[in-house]
Amino acid sequence: MAQDIPAISREDVLHMAQLARLTVDEADVDRFARQMSDIVAYMDVLNSVDTSDVAPLYSPAGHDIQYRTDTAAHVRTREQVLANAPDRNENYFIVPRIV
Amino acid sequence: MDDLTQLSLTEVAGALKDGQVKAVEATAACLDRIQATEDQLGALLYVDAEGAIELAEKMDSEGPDLEKPLWGVPVTVKDALVTRDMPTTAASRFLQDFRPMYDAFVVDRLRKAGAIILGKNNMDEFAMGSTTENSAYQTTHNPWDVTRVPGGSSGGSACSVAARQCYASLGSDTGGSIRQPAAFCGCVGIKPTYGRVSRYGLIAYGSSLDQVGPLTRTVEDCARVLSVIAGWDERDMTCSPRDVDDYVAAMKPENLEGRVIGLPSEYFGEGLSDEVREGRDRAVAALHELGATTVEVSLPSTEAAIATYYIIAMAEASSNLARYDGVRYGHRCEAPKDLQEMYTLSRKEGFGDEVKRRIMLGTFVLSSGYYDAYYKKAAQVRRLIRDEFVAALSKCDCLLAPVSPIVAWPLGAHAQDPLQAFLMDAYTCPVNLAGLPSLSLPVCLGSSGLPVGMQLIGRAFDETTLFSVGSALERSLPSIGSPAAVDAE
Repeated sequence: MAQDIPAISREDVLHMAQLARLTVDEADVDRFARQMSDIVAYMDVLNSVDTSDVAPLYSPAGHDIQYRTDTAAHVRTREQVLANAPDRNENYFIVPRIV
Repeated sequence: MDDLTQLSLTEVAGALKDGQVKAVEATAACLDRIQATEDQLGALLYVDAEGAIELAEKMDSEGPDLEKPLWGVPVTVKDALVTRDMPTTAASRFLQDFRPMYDAFVVDRLRKAGAIILGKNNMDEFAMGSTTENSAYQTTHNPWDVTRVPGGSSGGSACSVAARQCYASLGSDTGGSIRQPAAFCGCVGIKPTYGRVSRYGLIAYGSSLDQVGPLTRTVEDCARVLSVIAGWDERDMTCSPRDVDDYVAAMKPENLEGRVIGLPSEYFGEGLSDEVREGRDRAVAALHELGATTVEVSLPSTEAAIATYYIIAMAEASSNLARYDGVRYGHRCEAPKDLQEMYTLSRKEGFGDEVKRRIMLGTFVLSSGYYDAYYKKAAQVRRLIRDEFVAALSKCDCLLAPVSPIVAWPLGAHAQDPLQAFLMDAYTCPVNLAGLPSLSLPVCLGSSGLPVGMQLIGRAFDETTLFSVGSALERSLPSIGSPAAVDAE
């Protein structure tokens, strides 16, 4: 992976921002690219660890995951669910026109 | 009693139950203290003085409830925990006007135990940071020296507790966010085992790492609050159904004879400041005096922990924070021209720089072509780190390690260099990767006059040993006293 590590370019910042649904001001792109490059370069330290035949560990929970029973219940009222909406009518969230 | 805020939580809870102190007196004492110190400290984003007094008066009229372990005890909670009667922002502009419709599990537990919630503590935005400087709203100052950071991300919680604005606070710890501010502010904090405390109602950051835990002024206080918030909750599927041990019964053993404490050699190498090293030496000497033996252990992958931690935390953050879309709650930009612009502008306006960087880097490590090299690789190293902890803890009862390589640093020190701030998490983040419990407690004041903290790291679900060893250590070390900066008057 060492030789493949890219420094983060301006284009990378803009691409990541677009994938993450963020707008980045033109004035900030270079600064983000520099800071993110430093961080990604630092991640290189992982190359020194031999992980051949090591299974990934995605959760440290050593215990059994508990699934709750799948039963329908009225937990919140419609009014509660809509109470924090930036834009709404009686029954719906309102968003900009899609089609 | 002259100043009720001088009492520990254990002491005030006893006095409240005996009727020696009224709930309204304890509440008013904390609110007065907040009034007197908050201009200097900035530890709280919201205070509900009226609601707290009203509740205290009602409780006093009904009389003490001996069944409720925190009856009448004033506390605060980090603003990452949702509260049905107070705003919850996670210190983000995005949630500026958010009013939750329910209580987090741990908040509900506090209320049911009789605690009075005074307000919400400042923090790094969405818990991303180690200084509380990433709050969108205000700077929190270290009560020992107001030109220094309180640590983070639960910096407001640690500051409130150390400055005696409350008797306890709840924080959250993803990579050290309870233990490091506790160490910087000279108080006690525990990150419980992954699965010990429900995260229902904790605003999510890194879901395979996040745990909620208490910050207090004594180890016994910490055990009492964890007893209240620990336990099974079906709404967090990672929460364990195991019975909760009797933490308070384990407190203050006569001595530590027969106890074996591991000292991980990788945690005492380069980069550790002289005053923190001295704190370690004092703690080790105290353990020996108490009859414990110490053994050197090795955690060889420690050097890779920071990179591992940040890759995993940022990947999880980029996914968790995708929910902030400006549709159902939170910030929405003015008059977006289409749906896409609504997402991108709302998020740009609502998030601070640190949050944006982590979301973009998290997106990067999960993206096609980089996933195996970064995210999967980090998850593999994570297993090695966890296995090394398990092996080390098979040779001893718990580990002793520094919390931070240096004491609280000046405000603004890492403002332009986020990587430097990441490197300070070297001793705390491995514990989250491994899912283990860790208790942070002050051991002395360093040559700078600032608190030095050590952590005791235990086996999964063995918080009891940490409280036992921690309480013995606390009793045998001289008290560090009260923070000078807010007690100068």
